[in-house]
Amino acid sequence: MAEEQKKVPTRPMPKLTELDTAEFWHATKNKEFKYQQCANCQTIVWHPRAHCTGCVDGDLQWHTSKGEGTIYSFSVVRLSYHPFFRSKVPYAVAYVDLDEGPRFLTNVTGVEDPLTDVHIGQRVTLDWEEYEELSIPLVKPV
Amino acid sequence: MATQGRDAAIVGVYEYPSRDVEGKFNPLQIKAASAAKALADAGLTWSDVDAIYDASEGAPMSGLMISEYFGIKPSVIDTTGVGGSSYEFHAAHALRAIRDGKAKVALLTYGSTAHSNAMAIGAGGRGGGVAPGDNMESFAGQTLIANYAMVARRHMHEFGTTSEQLAEISTATRYHAMRNPEAVQAMNDLEFLNIRETTIEDVVGSRMIADPLHLLECCMVSDGGGAVVIASADVAKNCAKAPVWILGTGEATKYPENGGDLTSSAGVESAPVAFGEAGVTPAEIDIAMIYDSFSITVLTLLEDLGFCAKGEGGAWVEGGRLRFDQSGGPALNTDGGGLSSNHPGMRGIFLLIEAVRQLRGESSSQVDDAKLAVAHGNGGMLGGRHSAGTVILGRD
Repeated sequence: MAEEQKKVPTRPMPKLTELDTAEFWHATKNKEFKYQQCANCQTIVWHPRAHCTGCVDGDLQWHTSKGEGTIYSFSVVRLSYHPFFRSKVPYAVAYVDLDEGPRFLTNVTGVEDPLTDVHIGQRVTLDWEEYEELSIPLVKPV
Repeated sequence: MATQGRDAAIVGVYEYPSRDVEGKFNPLQIKAASAAKALADAGLTWSDVDAIYDASEGAPMSGLMISEYFGIKPSVIDTTGVGGSSYEFHAAHALRAIRDGKAKVALLTYGSTAHSNAMAIGAGGRGGGVAPGDNMESFAGQTLIANYAMVARRHMHEFGTTSEQLAEISTATRYHAMRNPEAVQAMNDLEFLNIRETTIEDVVGSRMIADPLHLLECCMVSDGGGAVVIASADVAKNCAKAPVWILGTGEATKYPENGGDLTSSAGVESAPVAFGEAGVTPAEIDIAMIYDSFSITVLTLLEDLGFCAKGEGGAWVEGGRLRFDQSGGPALNTDGGGLSSNHPGMRGIFLLIEAVRQLRGESSSQVDDAKLAVAHGNGGMLGGRHSAGTVILGRD
């Protein structure tokens, strides 16, 4: 079993046991991108955590994003020594601003050539990569 | 002009010469060897040290461990660890401890065997850390270089900055490196190809590592280390070499935020505080020791430090004004910088060391009559969570 796992390197997987972000990752199993907003001061808190960063009597509520956003910046990685990503070059990493506010780091999929087909300002939508316990929120051009 | 403080000065420095120790020395030994040399440079010894600074990158409880290893009993212990800028923070804290009368002689040390350990810093995977921020990001395979590249991409998008302009940073530092025998040796030991002065064409023609950053826009991964001794005015006047005064300091942090501006760093916060305390302006600065992890780091920081306006850095660096023998701007990283001399992972201490060499008249790319220097460290990642430490230095 252990040997079989070694053969196929995987993406670095999020830990479901990390307390601040566990709720987010559990929701991804159903392809839901959840984020927090404080009902008291309206601050959108990203990354997820247990306390509001905008006020000291925060009341964080979970919401679900519609899953659409805009590329704020990106890079196409040509060199990686990571066992999984080294076989994926060239691949695009991007900061995406979801329409609801959260800016998250992800990969851009669904393009023929990341060197020419990814742009700042490009509209993107979530493109989930499914695993047994969770899904990874990647994006593809709209 | 505000009255400049003359409370604490750098009185001893040492840069560990080897960039490849071939596994024969460990980081603690490099720290101790450098400390002894820096103390000797100042005309001081171990027992004079009453304040110890360490970036706690080596082990837990580093303030305790390093005191025992050095054989000292300091009354001020500071293990601020904020990445490569830790040493600018340490200098700031040492100034305050000395000004408060809590210490007279502060010792800062750094040692790393990043090269010997074959650490894949720039293009390795981001560690699967358990910090909540990491747990949201590590799946994306953003190498450290790609993180900085995303700053460059956004800077190009907003301001029209070009790769050719960014390359000016690389060619200026290489120009200085070729005059520094230790830097030339380093490039040989690390098996650089074509060790010579570079052109803009060389840089933009080198291999793309993470768009839009090319190989020659990325720092090396070396071994190395160094030490800095900071003393009170009373101690400084009896030291072996002329004091280099710490005139002003500033500290700040920045991290990813919704709607945040990737083209500015925490230096926007730390620099005005440091310049204000020192009572000087960027136009008066002779030497700019600015953390050159990548070309874009320097371009961003030149703007953030106030040498030019935000967005104008690209045009401003054109024409070689950052070279030690050119006018119109400060001399940049006259030791060769992280791009071409020395980058063992956290190069903030070398910014202080070379600034001191310049203000003493000891640099291999000496600026005539250099009076004022800025050392600005960026720790962590420019396009993510990072720290900024600005230190203004001046001689009598």
